[in-house]
Amino acid sequence: MSVPAVELRDLRQRYGDRVALDGVSLTVAPGEIVALLGPNGSGKSTLFKILATLLEPTEGSARIFGHDVRRDADAVRRQMGVVFQQPSIDKLLSVEENLLHHGALYGLARATLRTRVAAMLERFGLTERRGERVGRLSGGLARRVELAKALVVGAEVLLLDEPSTGLDPLARREFLAHLGELRDRDGITVLLTTHHLDEAERADRVAILDRGRVVTLGAPEELKAALGGEVLVIQVASAERLRERVRLRLGLEAAVVDGAVRLEAPRAHEIVPRLVDAFPDEIRSITYGKPTLEDVFVHLTGRRFAAAGTS
Amino acid sequence: MRAVGSLWWREILRFARQRSRVTGALVQPLLFWLLLGSGLSPSFRPPGAPAGLGYLAYLYPGILVLVLLFTAIFATISTVEDRQSGFLQGVLASPLARSGIVLGQALGGTTLAVGQGALLLALAPLAGLSLSLPGLLASVVVLALVGFALTSLGLVIAWRLQSTQGFHAIMNLILIPIWLLSGAFFPAGGVASPLAWVMRLDPLTYGLAALRRCLAFPSPMPAGELPGLALSLGVTVLFGAAMFGVAAATARRSAAA
Repeated sequence: MSVPAVELRDLRQRYGDRVALDGVSLTVAPGEIVALLGPNGSGKSTLFKILATLLEPTEGSARIFGHDVRRDADAVRRQMGVVFQQPSIDKLLSVEENLLHHGALYGLARATLRTRVAAMLERFGLTERRGERVGRLSGGLARRVELAKALVVGAEVLLLDEPSTGLDPLARREFLAHLGELRDRDGITVLLTTHHLDEAERADRVAILDRGRVVTLGAPEELKAALGGEVLVIQVASAERLRERVRLRLGLEAAVVDGAVRLEAPRAHEIVPRLVDAFPDEIRSITYGKPTLEDVFVHLTGRRFAAAGTS
Repeated sequence: MRAVGSLWWREILRFARQRSRVTGALVQPLLFWLLLGSGLSPSFRPPGAPAGLGYLAYLYPGILVLVLLFTAIFATISTVEDRQSGFLQGVLASPLARSGIVLGQALGGTTLAVGQGALLLALAPLAGLSLSLPGLLASVVVLALVGFALTSLGLVIAWRLQSTQGFHAIMNLILIPIWLLSGAFFPAGGVASPLAWVMRLDPLTYGLAALRRCLAFPSPMPAGELPGLALSLGVTVLFGAAMFGVAAATARRSAAA
């Protein structure tokens, strides 16, 4: 087998007493798009910093195409394009100046750099705006400059931290389409952190992170299919009581998540009439749906995704 | 080296694109010099100065150094802003060594300092100084050495700061006093001996002495108690090298986030 693009082995990070990463292992093949999905505080930002060589892991190893981030940071940096959550382009410089400056930091020869910058501008539809100062661009456009900047150095691995922060839904979709294109056309490996479920859906594989551990890893469809079909969320006054009664009267195992009763079953829609018949006075509403990645998260952690970050 | 050069060029572009910085860095010391110098001129006479050399002329080299100091302060603020805006992250994740980053920043700051200093040098005749060509060239070299040292000192501070909060305290406690005690404002000759000793320990005293001697070249310095030229240049070069070394070490240790 060829060398993995990214290989994490039992990665651990502690800040004093707080454990940010609690043994993360993950392998990403070249040309794969992998999303690290997790709520705030799940450890994904720490993982990002380690991969970007901005933080040394307490234990374990992280390799990019076989180069260790600790021992061989220089080689790692040369192979990697990094897009930070916070903009890292200079607002006082033009689009083109930003790209030229970044390429120069990587020691690219002037002629090579000129060619690459021109190609990147063309690629991201920025050619006509190349002389404009970045501070005057829209959020979506500025994000594209970030991506062009990360790639101008000839990166084989693209590392992105919450790439669609601050983008409207349209700009976000466009940005994700660019990532797919990069993978398809140039075989670039993409590793991104996100707390947006729809962003994770677009990845080849998703690693769900919770409290510093990878709780599951797989293709989005696979993860959802593993839940076994359908999900019901039942809003009632007393969720705990209903859960107990569902177990006794209908023989079904439900869970209480965030004040609601949650039922996973292969053909859950068939249970709806039985539920309403059995507890006509208690049920306020029933939501039915195919499992989403949110359901996968809930199933594995017992907490709702949105609530997990704050709890 | 392309990387260092690019960082250097960026500092200059950024400066040129912030009009308030350009104006502030030039007009402020100029105003300071004219107001203070002409206000104090009647009552202040540097010891050992020939009659006719007013305070305006005495203060002139000090104002040149103040311009360098202001530029160093701007370099400091600029670096902290780069960290806050997120720009620095991209630089830190690049293969360029930390010392290379600091060198680019320091050279950028030094270039700006010398450029502004040179503009002020053009006003030397107003201070009653007639410069010889060798004296002028030597003065520019001294400006560069002192500018590099002060910018590096600013960077030592900048790489420790997470925000510009608290920067004013540092400025008032460190940067302004080293200027005030360098002999820019008053000569060491006329002060009580503990203060004279503090002035002798201030590395900037030597940069200023070198500048005074070069500006006066070829005539010997009127104010008698200045350190010699060789000593002054030596201390200034050491000061710059030491500050750069500390700044690079600070950058290496600095957390990236």
